Amino acid sequence: MELAVWTYEGPPHVGAMRVATAMEGVHYVLHAPQGDTYADLLFTMIERRAKRPPVTYTTFQARDLGGDTAELFMEAARDAFERFRPQAMLVGASCTAELIQDDPGGLARTLGLPVPVVPLELPSYQKKENWGAAETFYRLVRACVGARVPRPEGSAPRANILGPAALGFRHRDDVVEVERLLALLGIEVNVVAPMGATPADLARLGEADFNVVLYPEVAGVAASFLQRQLGMPATKIVPIGVGATRDFIAEVAALAGVDAARVEDASRLPWYSRSVDSTYLTGKRVFVFGDATHAIAAARVAAEELGFAVVGLGTYSREFAREVREAAKAHGIEALITDDYLKVEDAITALRPELVLGTQMERHIAKRLGVPCAVISAPVHVQDFPARYSPQMGFEGANVLFDTWVHPLMMGLEEHLLGMFREDFEFADGAAPSHLGHAPKAAAAPEPVAVGPAAWATEAENELRKIPFFVRGKARRNTEKFAAERGLGTITIETLYDAKAHFSR
Amino acid sequence: MDGLPAGTSAAAGCAETPVLRERGQREVFCGLTGIVWLHRKIQDAFFLVVGSRTCAHLLQSAAGVMIFAEPRFATAIIDERDLAGMADANDELDRVVTRLIERRPDIRMLFLVGSCPSEVIKLDLSRAAQRLSKRFSPSVRVLNYSGSGIETTFTQGEDACLAALVPEMPAEPGSARSLLVVGALAEVVEDQFLRLFAALGVGPVRFLPSRRATDLPPVGEGTRYLLAQPFLAETARLLEQRGAKRLAAPFPLGAEGTTAWLRAAASEWHIDPAKFDAAVAPAEARARAAVAARSERLAGKSVFFFPDSQLEVPLARFLARECGMTLTEVGTPYLHRQHLAEELAMLPGGITLSEGQHVDRQLDRCRAVRPDITVCGLGLANPLEAEGLTTKWAIELVFTPIQGYEQAGDLAELFARPLARRARLMV
Repeated sequence: MELAVWTYEGPPHVGAMRVATAMEGVHYVLHAPQGDTYADLLFTMIERRAKRPPVTYTTFQARDLGGDTAELFMEAARDAFERFRPQAMLVGASCTAELIQDDPGGLARTLGLPVPVVPLELPSYQKKENWGAAETFYRLVRACVGARVPRPEGSAPRANILGPAALGFRHRDDVVEVERLLALLGIEVNVVAPMGATPADLARLGEADFNVVLYPEVAGVAASFLQRQLGMPATKIVPIGVGATRDFIAEVAALAGVDAARVEDASRLPWYSRSVDSTYLTGKRVFVFGDATHAIAAARVAAEELGFAVVGLGTYSREFAREVREAAKAHGIEALITDDYLKVEDAITALRPELVLGTQMERHIAKRLGVPCAVISAPVHVQDFPARYSPQMGFEGANVLFDTWVHPLMMGLEEHLLGMFREDFEFADGAAPSHLGHAPKAAAAPEPVAVGPAAWATEAENELRKIPFFVRGKARRNTEKFAAERGLGTITIETLYDAKAHFSR
Repeated sequence: MDGLPAGTSAAAGCAETPVLRERGQREVFCGLTGIVWLHRKIQDAFFLVVGSRTCAHLLQSAAGVMIFAEPRFATAIIDERDLAGMADANDELDRVVTRLIERRPDIRMLFLVGSCPSEVIKLDLSRAAQRLSKRFSPSVRVLNYSGSGIETTFTQGEDACLAALVPEMPAEPGSARSLLVVGALAEVVEDQFLRLFAALGVGPVRFLPSRRATDLPPVGEGTRYLLAQPFLAETARLLEQRGAKRLAAPFPLGAEGTTAWLRAAASEWHIDPAKFDAAVAPAEARARAAVAARSERLAGKSVFFFPDSQLEVPLARFLARECGMTLTEVGTPYLHRQHLAEELAMLPGGITLSEGQHVDRQLDRCRAVRPDITVCGLGLANPLEAEGLTTKWAIELVFTPIQGYEQAGDLAELFARPLARRARLMV
């Protein structure tokens, strides 16, 4: 058993729902107890979809368990087909139905429906949402895909865009941005899937020259299958950030045999980041956590494009732990691979970053610790499905990243004034950035408990308070470490400044 | 209207109306959702769901923005090791509970909440609760109840939770008389009722649940209880077992409902009718005026209820009788005939009363009727809005103070607002 205050991912059948809901002409019959229909409101409320998800639940109750739940499933599947007339049907079980073992796949086969029926085996007690989405998309592609069709002589190169799904973080706008990049390169888009695709569209996947994989968490398995089965190459680079977008353009141009120079850099991020107003961003200590794709991309943008120091990098995507460990090594740190919210909380508390780039869950932690935070990855809530155009990918995506990540930080002049004058009655120590309109915090965030035996002399403690709020935790930690390493019993003002000189950032 | 039920004989109102019972897909929450408001109501309690990742995901999705505050609930997620018997589920549970209590030393009562997976694998949470109670006694009391979807629908989770508290209530000496108000109410509403009962001379008055789990009200032969909520069948049964007697009344929604509800207690306490009228008249007049201000927009409009919380019947009664709305279908997940007898007698005839659900067929009926307002859950609300129907999402009616005189206007407003918004929007 695992104690979960919050979970980063839902169960795998929610991943299957994300694929079914993204597509057209697919219906999902889910063997599940009453109440599991809560998942509908992820789509109708958080993503604000105007249609019910194409999911029929059996919603069995305790009294049904004594009877024939298998018959209940058959009836639901038959009715769903009659009512919705899908081109293909997914059938599967939720966690409770998995325990009663009715075999939805086998049962659905006996119905003899005139469309492909794809049975889903999603082990709810081992796997999670993204795995469920990847597996479902793979099973659908496998069931529907046709043969590889070579491109006619003289026609433009063609690509599929794979990965965007329902309830994906900024998937809607990322697709628009990437389609625009491909158009600039003279590459036609063959099929976008699962978002907006029908089973008939999946049958045409082989008509493209290669696949663009935007979200490996969802489309990685299907893309490898298409590579094995049809020999279709796939992109490896996810175009989040200016550098990654340039690399992505080069990769795609090579796959399509076109000239990468046809696309000009169109992001404002490089100039904004070089302008002197951004100098104070240099070396700001940032903690990054999210799904593997967004976390790796964010760490690169933070270090190479904004000049931050990445002090923590982690993911809840165990499937991509190796990639994240490698990326962390490049930043000289150890990756945090966990889906335990409390461990992430511990890591952030210990590292005391000046900015957290994470998910909805890291916002809770950052709020509690009084650290600025921006959201870079699912899980997210309704405010991160915005009405405005806000991609993360491509050149416009880089503009969005610059604005979003800098926004929660205190602006440069404010930061200087706080360092000089600490006792202003309105703009006191620990005040939130004034453009965010929050009242100053009544109590400062709890400081980490001293690790070593060294005690703080009163005057040293007072001197410590003169260090600006957002770096004070780090200063305290370094000084205590410094004192412990040297076996000092008391921390004086001298020790504080010795440590400062020793670690000078 | 004199504020009393318009006759409680079976011939009147809706008491004889046949009920449409349907089976099929039910678009409802499970009882775990009750935790979302109960963990705020009972301030020293913690709710630990023993279930799957789905349960944890449900809670954090249903709790919406509230998950920004440190919640007093969590999930012990069962994994394959527990299912394969490689880890003793009881040892695992003890380990998780110990870690939790270390993290939240302020907890005084811990509820182990059963879910569909824990029920299906027959994990005995009542024995676990006894064992853990012994271990953490006296600082933490550990209880259990089931909020599983296979057994409970939405607000029935509160019923199961309160039912678990009943055996914990201290005994009231046989001769002592007291009034117990049963069902979680907003604090402001509790305080209003306390003032009204004091003015009537009814009392002492206590509430279940109490604001602190360590402060449970006593119960005994002299206890008379009023249900503040219509979904408390099991809690009522257990209170009766301990000698308490229910005062039959409609529910305190709207001016009429509140007066009849208070009158049930006043009659039991033999309060002089003139004194009763004098005590409630100002507040009742305020409520009627507040409702009248909104009724302009509501009168003559039709309303359709999808099943959700069991509040549908009293709400429909309020909307029909005090706001002049036309009822089409009133759906409820479960119809407790005895507790709703007074309500059913007050409903107008000629409506469809449905119990249970086949959501696709019910949607067909709703689309055929095209009501002016559809009361439904969040899974249906936006899709129906997109079809041009005006909706009122039902969950808000559980999370908002709506009982009593001072809230009658707010209650009407909840239904008037979607219509006002639709009239206002020019895009």
